[in-house]
Formats: sequence, C-alpha cells, structure tokens
Amino acid sequence: MLKLVQGNEAVAYGAILAGCRFYAGYPITPSSEIAHVLARELPKVGGKFLQMEDEIASLGAVLGASVGGVKAMTATSGPGFSLMQEHIGYAAMAEIPCVVVNVQRLGPSTGQPTSPAQGDVMQARWGTHGDHPIIVLCPSSVKEAFDLTIKAFNFSEKYRTPVILLMDEVVGHMREPMEYPPSQPPEVVERIHASTPPEWYYPYDEEFGDVPPIIPFGMGYRYHITGLHHDRSGFPTLRPDEIKSWVARVFRKIEANRADFTLYQEEWTDRAKVLVVAYGATARAARHAVKIARAHRYKVGFLKLMTLWPFPEEVVERAARTATRVIIPEMNMGQLALEVERVVGRRKVQRVNKVDGTMITPGEILNAIEGGRG
Amino acid sequence: MERFEIKLAGEGGQGLVLAGIILAEAAVRDRKNVAQTQSYGPEARGGASSSEVVISDGEIDYPKVIQADVLLAMSQEACDKFYYEVKKDGLFIVDSVHVRRVPTSEAIQVPITALAEEATGKRVTASILALGLIVGLTGIVSEEAIKEAVRARVPRGTEEVNIKALEAGLAKGKELASLRKKGREK
Repeated sequence: MLKLVQGNEAVAYGAILAGCRFYAGYPITPSSEIAHVLARELPKVGGKFLQMEDEIASLGAVLGASVGGVKAMTATSGPGFSLMQEHIGYAAMAEIPCVVVNVQRLGPSTGQPTSPAQGDVMQARWGTHGDHPIIVLCPSSVKEAFDLTIKAFNFSEKYRTPVILLMDEVVGHMREPMEYPPSQPPEVVERIHASTPPEWYYPYDEEFGDVPPIIPFGMGYRYHITGLHHDRSGFPTLRPDEIKSWVARVFRKIEANRADFTLYQEEWTDRAKVLVVAYGATARAARHAVKIARAHRYKVGFLKLMTLWPFPEEVVERAARTATRVIIPEMNMGQLALEVERVVGRRKVQRVNKVDGTMITPGEILNAIEGGRG
Repeated sequence: MERFEIKLAGEGGQGLVLAGIILAEAAVRDRKNVAQTQSYGPEARGGASSSEVVISDGEIDYPKVIQADVLLAMSQEACDKFYYEVKKDGLFIVDSVHVRRVPTSEAIQVPITALAEEATGKRVTASILALGLIVGLTGIVSEEAIKEAVRARVPRGTEEVNIKALEAGLAKGKELASLRKKGREK
C-alpha cells in the first residue's frame, strides 16, 4: 500500500527491516524523527532504544551493541557527526559493523538546524584521523532513503565496516508516497560467522579472507579489541609487517568490491555534450533542469551518485565520455567537485554552489547549462 | 496534470506544516504523486513557517514550489515575501484577519481565522479551514480524500472539530469558485 512517509521515517523503517535491533543516539534536528520512530518501534520487535548523554557515547554504545552481535545504528546531524568522528575511526580500526546516519544541516558549528546543506561530504570521508576506507551512501528521495538504509546495513555487515548514510534536511524532512510495508521483503545480509572453535579463533585472521568473521562477545570466544594497530588476535602490535598487512587488507576489502556497492543512476549520457553530476536533494533540482534543457534540444546527460565514497571514478569518467562540459551543483562551496575535476581530465567543470540555507533551484542549474552553450 | 504547486505560508504554530502533510496525504489517497516539504526556524511558535506541496500525475523531480498555482498567506510577512512566487493565473489567497495590506487586487481576501472561530470556536482550526477553502476552489484533491486525510492526521480527539472547520472551508471555497466562474463569464 502506498503511504505518505517522511524521509527520516523511511530510514527508521528500513533499519528495522534490515534487522537493526539497537539504536543509541542524542536527538538533533533535522534527524530527530529517526530516533522518534525507533524509540516507538524497536521495543515492539525486541530491540533496544537508548538515549545517551551525547553523540560520543551514542556511537560508543552502538559499537558495543554491534560487538555483542546486534545490528546497530545511530543518527545525528553536523554538530553530532563532528563528535562521532573519534568512534567512526575506532569502528574502522576495530572493523565493527555499524550504520551512522548524518542528516546534514547548514554548518559550520550549530549553523542552522532546519536549513539544508551538503557541507559534510568531505567530513564523511575524512572526518576521522588516519588512513581508512569508508562507504558513504546518499539518497535523494524518501524511497531511496529506505532502500539505502537497508543497503547500508548490508554493506556494513558484509564488509565489516562503518557505513555512513549521508542525507540532507530536504530528504530527511520531505514526505513522499512509498510502498510500506514493501510487497517483497528486501534482501538482507546477515553477519558472517565462523565454525572455528574458540581456542583457534582470531578476530583479525587473514586466513578467513579479507573480511574475517566477527563472533559476538558472550559466546565463549575471548578476544581483544583496541583502537591501536593490532595483530590477528586483536592485541596491539608495533611490527611493521603486521600493520602493513592490516592496512592493505582493510583497503582491499573495500576497493576490490566497488562494483558491489557503487550505486548510481545514469540517464541520457549517450552523445551528451554536457553532463550534470548531482547527489542528494540537489539531484532532484538537477534532473528537473536536465529534462527542461533536453526538451529544448540541449544534449545534456544526467548522473546521480548514490555512493559518494569511495568516489566512483570509473562511473563518472564513463558518463562524461562524450561531454565537453561537466556541471556539478552542490549545497556547499564545492566539495565533490574536487573529485569530479580530478577524474574528467581536460573537460571544463562548472560548479554551481549555494550555501544560504535553501535548495539549489532548477533555474540555477539551467543557467549553468545555457551559460556555456556551444 | 503536469505539476500543481501549493505553498502554505504564515507563522509557526498556525498548523501550516500539518496542513501541508494532510493535503499531501489526500493526494496519495487519490493515487497521485506528491512531494511535501517545509521551511521553518528553530522556534516552536512564531517565526516564519511554510509548507510546500507539489502534486502531479507523473514523476516529481524538484520537490519544492517553483511558481505557485496556489499561495496561501496567513501572515503579513508571508504575503509580502511570497506573493511574487504566484503563477500568472494562480490563486493568491490571504487571511484578511492577519493580512491588512495586499500587494495586488487579484488577491482573494478571506477572513479565514474569523471563519474558523465562527465554525468551531477555535482559531487554531484556521489552517484546516484554509485547506477546505483551497480544495473547494481548485478541486485539486477529492473531498473524500481530504476528509479521510484530516481524520488520519489531526491529533486524536480533535477529528470532529477539524472536520467541521474543513467543511466550512469547502463550502466557502465552492461559493468563491462559482462567483469567480460567473465573473469570468460576464
């Protein structure tokens, strides 16, 4: 049945269907509805909801729950996302599956709670210190918020990694019709387990492959978890060969599987002279503009990125193959544009940036499309 | 129907975000596509607040109002700020209780808050009466759907009073629609 659902509600519904049974968070606009719905719904399915004292503790609790064997998530916005960076790094280092939702609002600092922005694109990739891979997904509709939440859990379990769901205020607060409950159950990935007996189990053993299974605490398997670089048993190590092989493995487990989690929508790129690349709410304005331009016989292609990190270089390069210009609208001063510029070679890249707490309009993107005609 | 864009604008606390949600819910019940968004400040009451609803039979890419087919202004500030966003043949409705100066003679001036108080004894039902007014004037969603949507979305226990406000708005809207039709025929 089609229901009118809000983007944040869709995230909560998606999380429950994906098997999430633990949420810890600290409410913050424009993400709070995710907490509201999960506070109401999680106990009904045997899950737990915890309001924590702050965002640092929130992600700490989520990581604890995940090591206890439960799919877990938290949700926040810019100021809280900044506080969570410490534990995002811990999750990457200890390889603990978790989903962190950031419904972006205008920043920096407390910025403007109810105004949309896409200013955390680089923070989602590089906010925590040290070299680490991370998967960042970005929806542009209520339905996509639902679907990508489920995928975020799946990727997080499959690759034993934190996954960031990077939303924006427009998508979080917007309401659209969505089939709920869905007529077909979504594909859900469960955590990998090992049949190894406890005395032979090592939580970071490459013998298992690039993604060693993480066996929940409390099942008789005793092992160490730390934010320090560690050997296969989880205990700290200073040995360069062990550090090097850990780094190589965690990058390899993500890089080698890009095709699995690189999600995008590509339209009208055959023989396109101009390519518009967009993501999140801005993709809605961009597609509107592209359709109008095409109705006026401009050869414009459209590429919507739903996976922002690792940056889908090959997808962008291929979509831009016939274009002489690439336009990238963003509700920031130009963040993903840096990546686009890096991969499209000598093609002209036109940025459309807006940071005033309002959405980029189709008219502003049309101006850019018309601006460089020829 | 391509795109039909409605903007409900006024102050926080007037119930305009809820009114937008109800209108969007009615559109879903009529099996139309819809996107509802809102804009408001951090305060619970006061401050500018607006709700936007885009209804279409087809896909909706841009979810916000580009040029309004209907603009409802429930405060002077909203009137002054948004009237230029109305389409050439669009409907520009103001609550004459709150809007004293209208920028154009095309504005449809209705004492919405006073009508609500008269119909239900509660000024807070003005936004629901305004919904009735818009549906009565435009027929953008069916009466059945808007009634179901009001019942489904208003706080429990206030269904009847809100339906009363809605019906008063629908009657006023239909009356104005037939007057406007006669006006055009002359």
